[in-house]
Amino acid sequence: MKSLEELMAIRDKARASMTDREGTGEGIRIVVGMATCGIAAGARPVLNAFVEEVAKRGLKNVTVSQTGCIGMCQYEPIVEVFAPGKEKVTYVKMSPENVPEIVANHIVNGNPVVEKTVGAIVKN
Amino acid sequence: MYRSHVLVCGGTGCTSSHSAEIIEALESELKAKGLENEIKVIKTGCFGLCALGPIMIVYPEGCFYSEVKVEDVPEIVEEHLLKGRMVKRLIYDETITKDEIKPLNETNFYKKQHRIALRNCGVIDPESIEEYIAMDGYQALAKCLTEMTPEEVIQVVKDSGLRGRGGGGFPTGLKWSFTAKNAADQKYVVCNADEGDPGAFMDRSVLEGDPHCIVEAMTICGYATGATEGYVYVRAEYPIAVSRLDKAIKDARENGLLGKNIFNSGFDFDLHIRLGAGAFVCGEETALMTSIEGNRGEPRPRPPYPAVKGLFGKPTTENNVETFANIPQIILNGAEFFSSMGTEKSAGTKVFALGGKINNTGLVEVPMGTTLREVIEDIGGGIPNGKKFKAAQTGGPSGGCIPASLMDTPIDYDNLTAIGCMMGSGGLIVMDEDNCMVDIAKFFLDFTVDESCGKCTPCRIGTKRMMEILEKITDGKATLEDLDELEKLAYYIKDNSLCGLGQTAPNPVLATLRFFKDEYIAHIVDKKCPAGVCKALLSYVIVEDKCKGCTLCSKKCPVGAISGSVKNPHVIDTTKCIKCGVCMDSCKFGAIIKK
Repeated sequence: MKSLEELMAIRDKARASMTDREGTGEGIRIVVGMATCGIAAGARPVLNAFVEEVAKRGLKNVTVSQTGCIGMCQYEPIVEVFAPGKEKVTYVKMSPENVPEIVANHIVNGNPVVEKTVGAIVKN
Repeated sequence: MYRSHVLVCGGTGCTSSHSAEIIEALESELKAKGLENEIKVIKTGCFGLCALGPIMIVYPEGCFYSEVKVEDVPEIVEEHLLKGRMVKRLIYDETITKDEIKPLNETNFYKKQHRIALRNCGVIDPESIEEYIAMDGYQALAKCLTEMTPEEVIQVVKDSGLRGRGGGGFPTGLKWSFTAKNAADQKYVVCNADEGDPGAFMDRSVLEGDPHCIVEAMTICGYATGATEGYVYVRAEYPIAVSRLDKAIKDARENGLLGKNIFNSGFDFDLHIRLGAGAFVCGEETALMTSIEGNRGEPRPRPPYPAVKGLFGKPTTENNVETFANIPQIILNGAEFFSSMGTEKSAGTKVFALGGKINNTGLVEVPMGTTLREVIEDIGGGIPNGKKFKAAQTGGPSGGCIPASLMDTPIDYDNLTAIGCMMGSGGLIVMDEDNCMVDIAKFFLDFTVDESCGKCTPCRIGTKRMMEILEKITDGKATLEDLDELEKLAYYIKDNSLCGLGQTAPNPVLATLRFFKDEYIAHIVDKKCPAGVCKALLSYVIVEDKCKGCTLCSKKCPVGAISGSVKNPHVIDTTKCIKCGVCMDSCKFGAIIKK
């Protein structure tokens, strides 16, 4: 170790992999339905895609976790986004390909991807 | 990138209740479910709530599982880690609210705590230098070496008000300045991790949970005092601590945080581990250094103090593990950060190892000035089985006790000294109404009689004579003159022993005499042990009205001391009775009592 910069570089890299240990905070929560129905419909790749996308962008205050059956098994994989002070947004029939768009538009910029939400899809 | 981190306690307490097997089961179960690249298992140091071990925390939810068994692992993996449904029955009940879990730091056990020395314990993987660095590790060292002069480092430690956490309470900055002042071709830093007090395990937990902070702090001390080599003297009975410290030292060397020219500052420092062979006296600073030198661990007279003539005859700074554990935080956050906590003359926090008759056995770190009541009732969860608190023993065999009447005394160095007690290293053994204080004094004195190194007469022979008087008392053969003799002897040993071991050995007797003299008198004059502990002074009797004549006790009695016919009250022959208590435990009618 020859300089403080070198130490800081290690710190930032290591810290990025530990962010989810900071506990349940006030940030945005992305919750993927991972009951039997969700898993059967392909929820796990979706979950992992979210984890990767969030990590890739180095987003702070965003946690990705799973939950049980949300109750609309025919629309799985279902993903719910809880942002502080806002209504919950429910995405249905998700696939890993949808993930970058949702993270970019919704999580980062605050604009839900309406055409993938339960409201848009169930109506049609 | 992992989506979830599972932290499992790998401290000594949880390891003894099979946490290593749990980690193994967890890893193989995750593999079987194909989750090994999604979920990371981390073995951490002590969380502090040892009574609830083995402990597991799952992030990002922060779900706290307690008393986990190997058999529970498949359920946790299937339900929680795969499907996201927390296993409610295993969640620590204090963290469950109506429909979600509440953070651990809002529970009674954690909410009054303030963790500085223990900040990384149970938070990071102690075997990963990266995780330590992620928690700002080695930044304090970088700051010292690149921005501060050794004098400035010492000044910050002085201003922080940090005092030795090993028990003595000597101001740390002052100690460092003494060594710094003495010019020599070689100086040393020594870390005292020979934690020998019965009931004390905070140093072990720091070494197990955060070994790098000791490496960092000792290097800082070396820079401040002009030492280039350091020794950690740690008990061989702490194998987990030793192996993690060993790994930490190796990793630090590999990363250039120990060795030559650290941070390009021209400063060299390296560390070595020496194992203690289990002699209590080696926790005394001069005996410890004699032992590192390869000699029989016996103390030597002071002066000369270690700052003048210490290890290998060179100026040496010796501090305890917990003292060192505070240093990086003090350097990083400034003296004010530390001195603003605690009381006027005792800054900062203190770690206590809670043991004995208390619900939350474990490790707590509280600001100085917290009352014993808060520690025992709020954090410790009170006394089990609705019993009444009697006293807390602090400082192990060198310490004293705090009786219930002084429970509201704010704990700091000076307050404890004022009531004839001492802070000690931080072991806090809680006693309830079933503990006999004479017996407690005897227990600790028995320990020092065994551990006296024998070099000086007052300690070697004096403690033995005190022990004999205590035995006379608990056998009901003592007179009040013996009691006076006991007290006289105690003060004599205190005044004339060579080292701290002998000088403090009579403390448990003196403290119990001070607060519980009536119990001594009861043993001597009434020939009774009020708590019903001292066997020679009690007898088991059968209450005639309550005895149904079921014959169970007479069958259980190992010496055939109980006689009587079916459906008629039985009697115990006191000449045969060995007072084992089996009859009392087996009686279904509560007909047998101790008198």
